[in-house]
Amino acid sequence: MAADMRLAAARKRAPGSLVSQDESKHLVAPGDVITTDTGFMRGHGTYTEDEKLMASVAGEVERVNKLICVRPLKTRFNGEVGDVVVGRITEVQQKRWKVETNSRLDSVLLLSSVNLPGGELRRRSSEDELAMRDYLQEGDLISAEVQSVFADGALSLHTRSLKYGKLGQGVLVQVSPSLVKRRKTHFHNLLCGASIILGNNGYVWIYPTPAQQDEEAGGFFTSTEPVPLCDREVISRLQNCILALSAHKVLLYDTSVLYCYESSLAHQIKDTLKPEVMEEIVMETRQRLVEQEG
Amino acid sequence: MAAVQMSEAEKVYIMHGVQDDLRVDGRGCDDYRHMEIETDVVSNTSGSARVKLGLTDILVGVKAEMGRPKLEKPFEGCLEFFVDCSANATPEFEGRGGEDLGTEIANTLYRVFDNGCSIDLKTLCICPMEHCWTLYVDVLLLQCDGNLFDAISVAIKAALFNTRIPKVQMIEDEEGTKEIELSDDPYDCMRLDVENVPCIVTLCKIGHRHVVDATLQEKACSMASLLVAVTKKGTITCVRKVGGGSLDPESVFEMIETGKRVGKALHTPLQEILRKEESLGKKRRKVGFLG
Repeated sequence: MAADMRLAAARKRAPGSLVSQDESKHLVAPGDVITTDTGFMRGHGTYTEDEKLMASVAGEVERVNKLICVRPLKTRFNGEVGDVVVGRITEVQQKRWKVETNSRLDSVLLLSSVNLPGGELRRRSSEDELAMRDYLQEGDLISAEVQSVFADGALSLHTRSLKYGKLGQGVLVQVSPSLVKRRKTHFHNLLCGASIILGNNGYVWIYPTPAQQDEEAGGFFTSTEPVPLCDREVISRLQNCILALSAHKVLLYDTSVLYCYESSLAHQIKDTLKPEVMEEIVMETRQRLVEQEG
Repeated sequence: MAAVQMSEAEKVYIMHGVQDDLRVDGRGCDDYRHMEIETDVVSNTSGSARVKLGLTDILVGVKAEMGRPKLEKPFEGCLEFFVDCSANATPEFEGRGGEDLGTEIANTLYRVFDNGCSIDLKTLCICPMEHCWTLYVDVLLLQCDGNLFDAISVAIKAALFNTRIPKVQMIEDEEGTKEIELSDDPYDCMRLDVENVPCIVTLCKIGHRHVVDATLQEKACSMASLLVAVTKKGTITCVRKVGGGSLDPESVFEMIETGKRVGKALHTPLQEILRKEESLGKKRRKVGFLG
């Protein structure tokens, strides 16, 4: 119960030997010269000055044949078609909702892109427009997929599948979008007893695994039943693990989250918030991931 | 204060968790988050401290200036508080947006310290009715992650512990004109006794229970909070209610009891940390803002 107080300590540099890359990455900062060769086409994150190609963001240089671009390490979410995102409704407008997804512009969820309750397929009428707020209000969380990208860069989302829709009880963790690995599926039912949605935009949703697997109309109805204590402990532990992994810049995917959870079982849940315990479990996770690859 | 938008289901989840004494990050209802303290971070102040509580970041600087004592208290020095909400914390604090919150916190601090025993202001008197030390305590909010009052009070206690006021002497001439002489040694300073400086504990009422050290998400689920300022011995110097909701008299009593218990337990580790830091002396590696 006593408060955990300590003196400020400088952050330690992560040991370089744990990085399992063969070739060293070409990292640049804004203003660095990438190349003086004029034969390259310049992509995102670069600009030319005096016949030299310079980086405008801090990140890693990627080269595809003649195209050079810089992929920034810390950035807002740049959505592509097919990405799974977790977003929060910020506005209810005529025939669409504005969703906040950690990108440069608020994403758009059109009324025609959501499933009606009961799974009906019909043209949306003015009554549907007036009933929009009954379905999704300001502050609600949804899981959706990117349908298309507008010309100005805003994303158009859709929840046209039973697995997407309004999210119920659970915990939202915000991490950097570059830490979420692009995989075939972003919905995982972890073995430890909770489920997780790793949104490509960096929003990770942890929730108790629903009892019955098939639900009508994709999460239209959210239950307010209290979640049992054992599920809560798993969810809290997972939240702390994800925060630990993101603090140490480890890529998030189902295996890394699960390994981190297993390493953290040795400690009490509230101890996993301490920096030294976080470091310990992340080191163990990194080792197991390296062993698994090799 | 910066507020987060949350869905109804998330709020229900948090409230049920608090009922079972298991908060979202695994803490119990009486547990604080991890706190980091560092003193002497600003070199041109008489004393300074920086406290990080979760993501909340507070910087306090104390400057000692000579001034005239107040007319109604001629044998005492003065303590002035000023709170600045930096626009770094949230865009709402841009321009004059942070003024309301700043004045609210400053007024609370005045009330907390407005008693004879927290700081012995008589030690700040140089010459009764003519000269005294005025301590200007400036609080800077760098980042907001809930629980500002607690972090600010811990930072103020640490900064006051770190304050070094130069020793001065009153010398009277043969003609009777008084002169103030500063001692030649720049390290000859007077320290303040911070044994009785109180720490503020914020208790937020969520559902039927109350929690200590609420995060922004938990704050969004609570309608009313109670601020209790407690000294090391358990004396309460100030009780204040914030928030739009109402509190039952029985729950107010329970919250004050919890506040007393938790507040008393805060002082011991804080004092240990401050002594440990001082004992490191010159060997201490300053972390500052680039660590």
